[in-house]
Amino acid sequence: MAKISLSHLKHSYEPNPKGPEDYALKEINLDWQDGGAYALLGPSGCGKSTLLNIISGLLIPSEGKILFDDRDVTALSPDQRNIAQVFQFPVIYDTMTVYDNLAFPLRNRGVDETTVKRRVSDIAAMLEVEDILARRASGLSPDNKQKISMGRGLVRDDVNVVMFDEPLTVIDPHLKWKLRSKLKELHHRVNATMIYVTHDQTEALTFADRVVVMDEGQVVQIGTPVELFERPEHTFVGHFIGSPGMNIIPCLVEDGAAKFLDQFIDLEGPIKTGGSANCEIGIRPEFVSFGESTLRGTVMKVSDIGRHKVVEVMLGEYKIASIVEDIAPQRGENIGVVFQKSQTRIYRDGWLATEKAS
Amino acid sequence: MRAYNQKAWFFVLPVLLLVAFNALIPIMTVVNYSVQETFGDNVFFWQGLDWFEQLLRSDRFHAALGRQFLFTGLILLIEVPLGVAVALSMPRKGIWVPVCLVTMALPMLIPWNVVGAMWNIFTLPDIGLLGYFFNNILSISYNMTQDPLAAWITIVTMDVWHWTSLVVLLSYAGLVSIPDDYYRAARIDGASNFSVFRYIQLPKMKTVLTIAILLRFMDSFNIYTEPFVLTGGGPGNSTTLLSIDLVKIALGQFDLGPAAAMSLIYFAITLLVSWVFYSVMNNQPKEG
Repeated sequence: MAKISLSHLKHSYEPNPKGPEDYALKEINLDWQDGGAYALLGPSGCGKSTLLNIISGLLIPSEGKILFDDRDVTALSPDQRNIAQVFQFPVIYDTMTVYDNLAFPLRNRGVDETTVKRRVSDIAAMLEVEDILARRASGLSPDNKQKISMGRGLVRDDVNVVMFDEPLTVIDPHLKWKLRSKLKELHHRVNATMIYVTHDQTEALTFADRVVVMDEGQVVQIGTPVELFERPEHTFVGHFIGSPGMNIIPCLVEDGAAKFLDQFIDLEGPIKTGGSANCEIGIRPEFVSFGESTLRGTVMKVSDIGRHKVVEVMLGEYKIASIVEDIAPQRGENIGVVFQKSQTRIYRDGWLATEKAS
Repeated sequence: MRAYNQKAWFFVLPVLLLVAFNALIPIMTVVNYSVQETFGDNVFFWQGLDWFEQLLRSDRFHAALGRQFLFTGLILLIEVPLGVAVALSMPRKGIWVPVCLVTMALPMLIPWNVVGAMWNIFTLPDIGLLGYFFNNILSISYNMTQDPLAAWITIVTMDVWHWTSLVVLLSYAGLVSIPDDYYRAARIDGASNFSVFRYIQLPKMKTVLTIAILLRFMDSFNIYTEPFVLTGGGPGNSTTLLSIDLVKIALGQFDLGPAAAMSLIYFAITLLVSWVFYSVMNNQPKEG
């Protein structure tokens, strides 16, 4: 158990990186608190697997340090770091039984058989695989194989952190939900730090207490699921989280006020000082409604997605999505569009540029 | 009662003809010879199972069969572990991969009689590069034309040189199919190099290794050209393997009946050993 700190971490797969575009990871400073449930969320190729492999020791970073409780482990190999990692595709030792698979990491570390037996039985009970302990691992179903992979990570009681690299990719949808809640439950029981890498926002938001959002080798925002949803600090987060994502529309900033289509737009708070170039308004579809307004647009499309309807309205040349719970307007209708003031923000160069109203 | 459409039999006919001309008819002619005696002029006498009985009691056959098993056993014992070891030490990525693969494949591309001739010239005690080197520079007496042990070492070395590549290439194919995550997981689990080999690499190579061993068994058990060109079965009879002996009987002595009987027994042994081996390898406990 330990707090994990990443300090000025950079990584490039090129031997001689020149510009920032050669870096898979650009300068990362991050603390993972002991016992936390974290998700590392980002699109494919954003560097999240690289970051994970650096924490586990499978990769040595080009620059920067990794500290476990202030102990520098940057140069240590994976088995010296006491970490566990579960991969995208289940890794099991085909020729061994399920029991031997679970016991493998313990036996490699010279743990005595009585302890092995106790730990394996505990883990098997947690994962509900007690009835298949004597079976050979090769014939198991994918979800059971992935459970065994997880079990090998959890069986040691000295692990600093358990990392999951998109572990539910190969699992059938109806089992995903079960395994995910199992993971959450395991986190409460074993109390180890867990880092869960995924590009699926639902998985990230349901598993984690805190979500780290990454894009293009950078950490964009760290926060609770609610924070990420309600106050994205970057348009990327607004866009990536939520379905549909945040509406981002260009605007003019003049004398501390925002103008869109020649109309003043009410914002959550004052705009931070800075240039007036590259400013955009960001508002989530959940906070766009219809009613009396001088902003008027034409309804282009209404999609019923079950719980609610998504309405797309053209405001000038910009498309705005809105989520409506009750009766939706008709296609082709000309309608007034209302932005909820407390949820309307300005982003400058992609980054949040309004202050929260006190 | 259902009326069956008998026309379907016609669709089996091409295969039946192919198998007949390809296998059944040639084998039946051998069976035919094996129960008869001839003194030429296309005159045959019925002989029953005499040739088989005679052969199975013959010391000459026992000796050749013994040499054959010794040869096959030796080359399997050397080529399989050596091939796996070479495959394990080959690079998995980078520009050296094609270089290694092509270098490995080269010996297999050389015609068998050329291999025999090459090694014959290479190892001749007076003029061969290797023979001369051993005898005159290292002063180690080495004469594969006169010393049975030297002859054996030479044919075994030649086969190892010629065919280890097959085991290497097949094992390598098995090795590269292992995802990187297996090695990563093993490192995290604290597995030793031996454990990685025993629990990851070997199980993943099992299928291709089975094929490699089967192929090497059949090929080496039926080997003819290379030792025939290299040693001609000598010195004496010391490297007369089954196939060489068979050709001596069939073409040298023109004893068609005994040679046919020997062919059938030879074939039966090859088939039996292959079948036993394959069944054993595939009958390991499976998970239901």
